[in-house]
Amino acid sequence: MEALSEIRVPAKLDHLHTLIDLVSNCAKEQGLSGKRINEIEIATEEALVNIFRYAYQGQEGDVEISCRAEHGKTFIIRIIDAGMAFNPLSLAEPDTTLDISERQIGGVGVFLIRKLMDDVIYRRDGDKNILELVVNIEV
Amino acid sequence: MEINTRQEKNATVVVVQGRIDAVTAPEFENYLSDLISKGNRNFIVNLSALEYISSAGLRSILATAKRLKTEQGDIRFAGLQGPVEEVFKISGFYSIFKIFDSDASALDNA
Repeated sequence: MEALSEIRVPAKLDHLHTLIDLVSNCAKEQGLSGKRINEIEIATEEALVNIFRYAYQGQEGDVEISCRAEHGKTFIIRIIDAGMAFNPLSLAEPDTTLDISERQIGGVGVFLIRKLMDDVIYRRDGDKNILELVVNIEV
Repeated sequence: MEINTRQEKNATVVVVQGRIDAVTAPEFENYLSDLISKGNRNFIVNLSALEYISSAGLRSILATAKRLKTEQGDIRFAGLQGPVEEVFKISGFYSIFKIFDSDASALDNA
């Protein structure tokens, strides 16, 4: 299905707001609620920031993001990078019961993605990581 | 993101508005860190006008709380709502922090 919108930029934090705004505008066009759009923005940020920080291990590289709607039922954000293979779904869930001293924040980003999205799909295709964040469109 | 501070008898009340994301979180953490360096130890952070927080924001809060713990300080939160409340709940922050409905109730428990 044709993308509603897509963009490719260097995988740097400087571009976070541009990418989030694109996704947010797409979600608005699909008639998603303000609450759901906020959750989509969080999940998208978490996925992008992981790519900015780790995918290219200090080297330059791009990230590509696109949104599409399928059959008016699901809204899908696809994020592609050509960095090292990384399946965020392989991370263990953080222990959210520890106290302040013991608590580590690593892994919370991916945990938020999984909790906030209706589905998350990862695949490695050649030298690319393809992550899809799936949101059900409620009619 | 906009941050304002006022001094109450028993606590420094920090009101943060807008968005704490990966871009603005370092600024938020530095702001709190400066207040600690200036001798403030008891904080109430009012989040009633915060629209958005990601894990980068949670990380800055946790780092601040860890520092305060080593300096015998305290941090409480007030006015959580909407997505910010949801993110705190999912992340287990309700079980590690003292969270109140309003500044007034947080101050009563200072």
